[in-house]
Amino acid sequence: MLRVDGLNAHYGRAHILADVALTAAKGEVVVLIGRNGAGKSTTMKCLIGLLRPTSGEIRFEEKRIDRLAPHAIARLGLGYVPEERRIFTDLTVMENLEVGKRPPRPGLQPWTAERLFTLFPNLGEMRNRPGGRMSGGEQQMLTIARTLMGNPACVLLDEPSEGLAPVIVEQMVETIRKLKLEGLSVLLSEQNLHFAALVADRAYVIEKGRIRYEGTMSALAEDEAVRAAYLSV
Amino acid sequence: MTLADITIQLLNGLAGASSLFLVAAGLSLIFGVTRIVNFAHGSLFMLGVYIAYSLTDQFGRGSPLAFWSCVLAAGVAVGVIGFVVEILLLRRIYQAPELFQLLATFGLVLVIKDVVLKLWGPEDLLGPRAPGLRGAVQVMGKSFPEYDLVLIAVGPIMLGLIWLVLNRTRWGVLVRAATQDRDMVGALGVNQAWLFTGVFALGSFLAGLGGALQVPREPAQLFLDITVISDAFVVVVVGGLGSIPGAFLAALLIGVIKAFCIGIGDVQAFGTTFSFSKFTLVVEFVVMAIVLVIRPWGLLGKPAGEPRHTAATEAPLKPLPGWLVLGFAGLGAALLVLPVFTQSYLLILLIDVFVFALFAASLHFLMGPAGMVSFGHAAYLGIGAYAAALMVLRAGIPMEATLALGPLAAALGALLFGWFVVRLSGVYLAMLTLAFAQIVWSIAFQWDGFTGGSNGLIGIWPPAWAAEKEAFYHLSLVLCAAGLLALRHIIFAPFGAILRAGRDSPLRADAIGIDLRRHQWFAFTLVGAFAGLAGVLHVFSKGSISPETLGIARSVDGLVMVLLGGVQTLTGPVVGAGVFIFLQDEIARRVEFWRAILGLVIIVLVLAFPQGIVGFLRGRFMRAAA
Repeated sequence: MLRVDGLNAHYGRAHILADVALTAAKGEVVVLIGRNGAGKSTTMKCLIGLLRPTSGEIRFEEKRIDRLAPHAIARLGLGYVPEERRIFTDLTVMENLEVGKRPPRPGLQPWTAERLFTLFPNLGEMRNRPGGRMSGGEQQMLTIARTLMGNPACVLLDEPSEGLAPVIVEQMVETIRKLKLEGLSVLLSEQNLHFAALVADRAYVIEKGRIRYEGTMSALAEDEAVRAAYLSV
Repeated sequence: MTLADITIQLLNGLAGASSLFLVAAGLSLIFGVTRIVNFAHGSLFMLGVYIAYSLTDQFGRGSPLAFWSCVLAAGVAVGVIGFVVEILLLRRIYQAPELFQLLATFGLVLVIKDVVLKLWGPEDLLGPRAPGLRGAVQVMGKSFPEYDLVLIAVGPIMLGLIWLVLNRTRWGVLVRAATQDRDMVGALGVNQAWLFTGVFALGSFLAGLGGALQVPREPAQLFLDITVISDAFVVVVVGGLGSIPGAFLAALLIGVIKAFCIGIGDVQAFGTTFSFSKFTLVVEFVVMAIVLVIRPWGLLGKPAGEPRHTAATEAPLKPLPGWLVLGFAGLGAALLVLPVFTQSYLLILLIDVFVFALFAASLHFLMGPAGMVSFGHAAYLGIGAYAAALMVLRAGIPMEATLALGPLAAALGALLFGWFVVRLSGVYLAMLTLAFAQIVWSIAFQWDGFTGGSNGLIGIWPPAWAAEKEAFYHLSLVLCAAGLLALRHIIFAPFGAILRAGRDSPLRADAIGIDLRRHQWFAFTLVGAFAGLAGVLHVFSKGSISPETLGIARSVDGLVMVLLGGVQTLTGPVVGAGVFIFLQDEIARRVEFWRAILGLVIIVLVLAFPQGIVGFLRGRFMRAAA
């Protein structure tokens, strides 16, 4: 579904990503785990085309996408949920969803606002509320719902649990599991190992822009040495 | 004034406000989505006027249906022009720094002006009056044109239509979303390029329609582009950037106040006559200055968050390498001995280059290190020039003294205006500088008895020792070089470092105890003095001065010079001034439509060198060295 090889990225002269390689199969939940500043968000931005990688190859459903514009990548079925949420605060919930709307994708059940409101019941109760007058948790749900309106085959979730209350984090776990059941692939970035362990099938540990570990989530959970080296604060 | 007079003036104001609102709404929409301050928006309005003139003159005299079809067709035609312009030009420069986009649209202003001149000629053209609306209605015993009543209704109707499009269509929702976060809209699968094209076409259509509606009221004139764009800027800024209802409110406010100033006419008070009708030239800028000081984001605007950085942050400045210092010293020496070898025309041209290099460098100081973009820097050039001229003519003060007193006067002007200016930032700051420049301009333009009004002042020549071209050439060279070196020195001094720190991160500068506003205020005053010195030299080199010296066009010249050379380098403005003066001179001497050529040159330069000429060269050298 998604395959990244030898990805390098720079901000100015700073080398942010060094030979990042990862894959995500259909229906798989993969976590990119690492500390603050390890290069998680940069990887995500390269994948969706908001940042042009200096070298490397990104393939989505076998098609090269690393030189495409963000909208072209999104249209191929790669959905992006940014870390900062980036809700359109002047727009209502319904209007935010409208911006994300794209035609249905063959083989996947199309998302509608109504179907999303069964997944995120809170949103259904505030259809005409401007995005700027929602809580952080509600905004996080809306930003995911907005991306799902594009009927993506694979979703990039950049630190979905960040700054959320525990009860909302639980809801997030549920949401990701449901997306997996829908047959979607999910690539999420996380600092929170506990959260990742609840949802992910496989994990990549990233540190200083390099992939340091690759394995199943359960293997990582048991690998004390890797966790101590790359994840403890 | 009777109640009837007041009513009529109110109606006049409302009628004038409709066109203004349409132009401003288009400008606001375009800025909101594309972040381009479209200097050519007034030119699109002017195209609307001329196209509507031709259409209605040919086909629109018969029936109301024919007339209104012509008006609409003119709007659509301008919309199509906007569509083409966006695809051919703007689409290529969205990644360029905002100022370059501004520069490119200013190139368009020049091109469109000459195209209009070529197609329609220089005379004012008065179109036919609207069939079926040629009469007048009686309002409280006074007659009021029927057509103007219709215009009054057009404003709110268009406001309603724009609202419907923005709130009830998918396209409108996308436009509003893109106004907030265009990258996110792209990441959600929306092709921004077409969205931008659509918005630009719609904005152009509104400008064209606004122009077309004016045909039965006012003649088509060649200076409409600049007057309309400055009016529209004011309306957009007063209303709040990106707020369409705000633009409507501001258009009404300014339209009505202007109409009242015309209506009041001359008023006797305190033994002198105060002419309100002359005041109309500045009244909108006074309103804008007041609104911006009280509500820095306009009437209905929202405080902008920290802007998302689109361009890369500026690299730290580096001292010049030794070979370049030698090069400049050599150039200076060559310029010093040049008069021995050459004829006087080149010297006259070089004096212009020196003066404008200093002017551009002072503007660059403001735009680059101090991070404040001024659209009205010519005001300080003009204050210096006028102060010197008035001192010489009215008080017999010698030139030597004016070389100090002229810059002082300019600094005082900058001190006064700067107090307001540093309270704002970004586009708002730029607009306020424009407003102050316009105020200074209109004082020079209106005060016939003192400043010579539109004729200006003549007979301001240097004393005998500097009267020869060679002598004045040397004087200019030495003073301008000294000014340039001083500016450069200040940029590297702690004061300059503080300004650069404040530009790059106001919050962090604040947190380490820098009173940024006070430093910016001082910087504004300081560059005013340098611009003033350039002004004094300018007036003595020409022997005369007129209000054009401090008009908007001159301020824009300064911007063009700085941007041509490149904002991120210190030598840039000097190179930019040289290239600009020579280009202008060469082109103006050789061809009739020099403005269009200059405009095209600017556009090509922006497309080819988005970092400016010097920035481009430096990039080349750095790559070669690496």
